[in-house]
Amino acid sequence: RGGAGEMLAAAALVLLLAAAPGRAGAGQARGDALREELLLSPLPTGDLAATFQFRTRWDADLQQRGAVSHYRLFPKALGRLVAALGVRELHLALTQGFWRTRAWGQPPLQAPAGAELWVWFQPTVTDVDKAWKELSNILSGIFCASLNFIDSTNTVTPTASFKPLGLANGTDHHLLRYAVLPREVVCTENLTPWKKLLPCGSKAGLAVLLKAERLFYSSYHSQAVHIRPICRDASCLAVSWELRQTLTVVFDTFSSGQGKKDWSLFKMFSRTLTDACPLASESKVYVDISPKNKEKELLEVTPPPPSVHEAIVQGDKRTYAVYDLLNPSLFNTSRSLNVQLKWKRPQDSSELLTPVLHAHRYVSGYGLQTGEISTLIYNTHPYRAFPVILLETVPWYLRLYVHTLTIITKGKENKPSYIHYQPAQDRQRPHLLEMLIQLPANSITKITIQFERALLKWTEYPPDPNHGFYVGSSVLSALVPSVMAMKDVDVEQSPLFTSLFPSSDGSSYFVRMYTEPLLVNLPTPDFSMPYNVICLTCTVVAVCYGSFYNLLTRTFHVEEPSRGGLAKRLANIIRKFRGVPPL
Amino acid sequence: ITDVLTAVALYLAIQDFNKVVFKKQKLLIELDKYAPDVAELIRTPMEMHYIPLKVALFYLLNPYTVMSCVAKSTCAINNTVIAFFILATIKGSAFLSAVFLALATYQSLYPLTLFAPALLYLLQRQFIPVKLKSKSFWLYTMQYAALYLCSLVVIICLSFFLLSSWDFIPSVYGFILSVPDLTPNIGLFWYFFAEMFEHFSLFFVCVFQINVFFYTIPLAIKLKEHPVFFMFVQIAIISIFKSYPTVGDIALYMAFLPVWSHLYRFLRNIFILSCVLIVCSLLFPVLWHLWIYAGSANSNFYYAITLTFNIGQILLISDYFYAFLRREYYLTHGLHLTRQDGTEAMLVLK
Repeated sequence: RGGAGEMLAAAALVLLLAAAPGRAGAGQARGDALREELLLSPLPTGDLAATFQFRTRWDADLQQRGAVSHYRLFPKALGRLVAALGVRELHLALTQGFWRTRAWGQPPLQAPAGAELWVWFQPTVTDVDKAWKELSNILSGIFCASLNFIDSTNTVTPTASFKPLGLANGTDHHLLRYAVLPREVVCTENLTPWKKLLPCGSKAGLAVLLKAERLFYSSYHSQAVHIRPICRDASCLAVSWELRQTLTVVFDTFSSGQGKKDWSLFKMFSRTLTDACPLASESKVYVDISPKNKEKELLEVTPPPPSVHEAIVQGDKRTYAVYDLLNPSLFNTSRSLNVQLKWKRPQDSSELLTPVLHAHRYVSGYGLQTGEISTLIYNTHPYRAFPVILLETVPWYLRLYVHTLTIITKGKENKPSYIHYQPAQDRQRPHLLEMLIQLPANSITKITIQFERALLKWTEYPPDPNHGFYVGSSVLSALVPSVMAMKDVDVEQSPLFTSLFPSSDGSSYFVRMYTEPLLVNLPTPDFSMPYNVICLTCTVVAVCYGSFYNLLTRTFHVEEPSRGGLAKRLANIIRKFRGVPPL
Repeated sequence: ITDVLTAVALYLAIQDFNKVVFKKQKLLIELDKYAPDVAELIRTPMEMHYIPLKVALFYLLNPYTVMSCVAKSTCAINNTVIAFFILATIKGSAFLSAVFLALATYQSLYPLTLFAPALLYLLQRQFIPVKLKSKSFWLYTMQYAALYLCSLVVIICLSFFLLSSWDFIPSVYGFILSVPDLTPNIGLFWYFFAEMFEHFSLFFVCVFQINVFFYTIPLAIKLKEHPVFFMFVQIAIISIFKSYPTVGDIALYMAFLPVWSHLYRFLRNIFILSCVLIVCSLLFPVLWHLWIYAGSANSNFYYAITLTFNIGQILLISDYFYAFLRREYYLTHGLHLTRQDGTEAMLVLK
């Protein structure tokens, strides 16, 4: 009975929601819509990746001053930010852990370890650096993250890697800024303000699953905010703004599931879904049930999915079980939805598919003076070659020697078709190296560059100096050829995870990958010694000054015989006793 | 090649200098300025015949020179320019010496202090006495200063035209003066500024830079009769206290030591100092390796060797200075000094 009452309330709210756009559409078309979606995909190694996406689309022009004053679904903090600072696109990601591409496959959206922020500004912004500084400070306040450490020493202006993902009129790369803080950690204080930006908060809909004590007990946790302008309709005469909040988390089911690979929503999140967010126009759960080795009956999903959706994602045909939370028949049997997956047979672990493109980066060398950064890029496609853009940002205190840059593929030198290098300036900006490299089919490309470590002033070391300094992940952007032809996706109709990146044609899909961050030790001075060092060095200088002062201001004189002091007289008495001539 | 050029320049310079020294000595003997019993202090042509060769060899065979040559450091070019400057000064050509001094100052700021000894030498050569009221003194000084400044301005403007901006001035001279890069070297500054409190860093940068320049005037007053020795002491001070010293700078002033080998009997601590310098030079690479590669030593070890090495150098220079002044005193007052009552006297600085 209580369930029926809730159902009625939900249905009424949904009806109200459907009527609301009609009411508000009287003056300007102020439609805003929320879609939420959860994608559960079992990974080849037995872990489970859960990707939440909350997409708010608002048909209003935020850039016009004073045009917008009533915020409904779109969070006011972000809307005001976009309007005041002239932001065209904003992408902020906070990540803990590393996505193991070789073992887990390509993620729908990857982010580097730490905090990453890249922003395209409007051409009307005159002082981009000032706007960037203000933006990072405001975002650091909104998300309780130390983004205020973003300054000119870790900001770069890439020229080729980060093209706008939304509508764009021209791409003058001087309006783009990219910064990554690899040392940032993500914790509950960052999750809470992120959840507050959601229209339903964490009280209804898919966001009830976002409980911090389970989310951070995982191998990979990444939460991101993406704001971009999109076409309002097919004719693209007007601009709408889209806000996507994504959260990807990878659970290690072996360690948390007592050695069994079966999982359920309750086991992972310690909650189950009870209803959809009343403000959402769409609320779905997708479970990836693609058969891995052409056998259909490998896994079993309960409750049985009401519908099945097939899509070609990242060049692969995948099948998804769809649970629509707005469908009232879903909660007929039980009040809550607990999706469970059981493996009927243990999966053969030898048939892990390797993704077409993956990379690995490491630092080599011994001692605290020099070192070498090596990046290995693997192209495992059997017959197609494709180019990849590599963006490396190295802090200024690791002095790169660009003349030692070598790129070797299959034993031969591989010359990149485009190189953009901006050397670092001490304490002002980092190194920026961007290259377009052609990867032949079925090959490994090795890129090496040597560097020298600098000695910093003692106040420039972080609190634990012997832990080392982090070098941010390098970014690989590529259009990977796909095995199957992909159709153009209509953003409004298809699941959210297929429309993250705009697709140019059906034969390839866009992938942005990040390598591992590096940890490099620098030589450290002794931190307990400032007073001692000052005293000793000044003593040496004083020795010089003293000797020169003596020699310059005094002249030689013949010594006058003096009676001698007390000590001399005593010594003379002793000498008289000994029979030695006196002093 | 630059090392050979430097050696050749030094050889020719010292040859000329020897001739000058003889002339002066003869003049002073004739004028009876010397005391009667200093015969053994007078320098003879015989002993001075091989000094230029020794100077050249000292420079070429110095392990420091070899090291800086192997490291392909630009210090060799610096040394060559300074050596040519010395040659030009001793030969008496004001124009060439101004040009070379401008070149040397353009590369690193510190040879500016060598303007004073060069001026004093040229004045001596022209027999213009150094009196503040004398008009010819000021005239010559202005001429030389004008030559020097003009050549410096020409070189700087050339650089400006090559680069089409003035950015190189803060990058080159601002870098030398403000010491932003703290890579460990054999000098005193790197660790000092690595451990400096932010509040005082500007103050101490200024103090240390002034320290290099401010010995010029007192030394000029004291050593106005002996400008070449003044030049030697000035080069030594530059190479100890410059912001990024290298062993090549040390090689340059050590090449001059055979010129003053007649001071040997007056040096007080030469044995200890040479031991200190040799031991420290051997310990530098050892402790560097221990700190950076083996990880079993601290930066303090390397810093201590830096301190000791620099103290050794400083005491070496002041020892030579002391010996020089003492010899001058003996020359004018006689070698065997007696007190009023006839006993042997001791000499002290008062």
